[in-house]
Amino acid sequence: MSTFKIAVIGDKDSILGFKTLGVATFSVNDADSALSALKEVAKEDYAVLFITEEIVRELEEPIAELNKRFLPAVVPIPNNKGTLGIGMAKVRENVEKAIGADILFRKEG
Amino acid sequence: MEIRVNPTRMELNRLKKRLQMALRGHKLLKDKRDELIRQFMLRIRKNKELREQIEKELTEAFAKFLLARAVMSAEALEEALMYPTAKLALKVEKQNIMSVYAPRFTWEEEKTTGDEEGSIFPYGFVGTSAELDTSIETLSGIMPKLLELAELEKSVTILADEIEKTRRRVNALEFVLIPQMQEKVRYITMKLDENERGSLTRLMKVKDIVRAKV
Repeated sequence: MSTFKIAVIGDKDSILGFKTLGVATFSVNDADSALSALKEVAKEDYAVLFITEEIVRELEEPIAELNKRFLPAVVPIPNNKGTLGIGMAKVRENVEKAIGADILFRKEG
Repeated sequence: MEIRVNPTRMELNRLKKRLQMALRGHKLLKDKRDELIRQFMLRIRKNKELREQIEKELTEAFAKFLLARAVMSAEALEEALMYPTAKLALKVEKQNIMSVYAPRFTWEEEKTTGDEEGSIFPYGFVGTSAELDTSIETLSGIMPKLLELAELEKSVTILADEIEKTRRRVNALEFVLIPQMQEKVRYITMKLDENERGSLTRLMKVKDIVRAKV
């Protein structure tokens, strides 16, 4: 079985630390460079892709496209400014899609 | 609703067979949906907890990192992190959840620095700040959890898609296809019965006429 790679896309300050862990890092500043990084990740055999939430917000559509495939698994992570709640929103979206009602978050909200 | 079928016995037999098949398919799909939802529920709660935990920890790690960056110059930091020590080798297997395929990740870290056994730091301790050490330590501690989260979220996403699809099929069968076929079957039976009654009365009538003539 072949081995796969892990990628992180995000602003430089947030992802620099990941580099030491043996993860491919793509530091991007704007939506265009993020898109080209995303394309590169999609082309090669990356299995997991961590993207900071700020960029997830910019690239909704291509990420949705990647989510339909078996790999890679795209995971939104917070950046150094804190979480935007996008990752959680995705979890909730899945619940609503599957169950038809939001049963996990309703109690708090 | 308009019914476009030939009211023949052959058509009736065919329809009845199809109806039976549809009912069986409906039952199976319903079972599949229920089990998928059960699997989904098992995962989604864990997914939520893990994500909450990771978001908290990652934010902390980033905050530490920010501190490290403030203490050191950008060049020194860049230099310190230039060469990664660890190399994550990720293996992907397929896991089968109710014949829905989701990836399962296993990984091993390959250390590239031979002399320092198990060190996660790619730099010497001279010229780097202690904050950098702690931030990288936390980050490497989070990594396995992050991968677990990736696996979980992917399977949850795939399951959600599959559940939606299955539910749509179940509903299509339950509320459209099966009622339609039942309606058709009823129509044909009624038509056939009517024909039978018609021919019976005709026969009786003919018999009467024949008898009257004799």
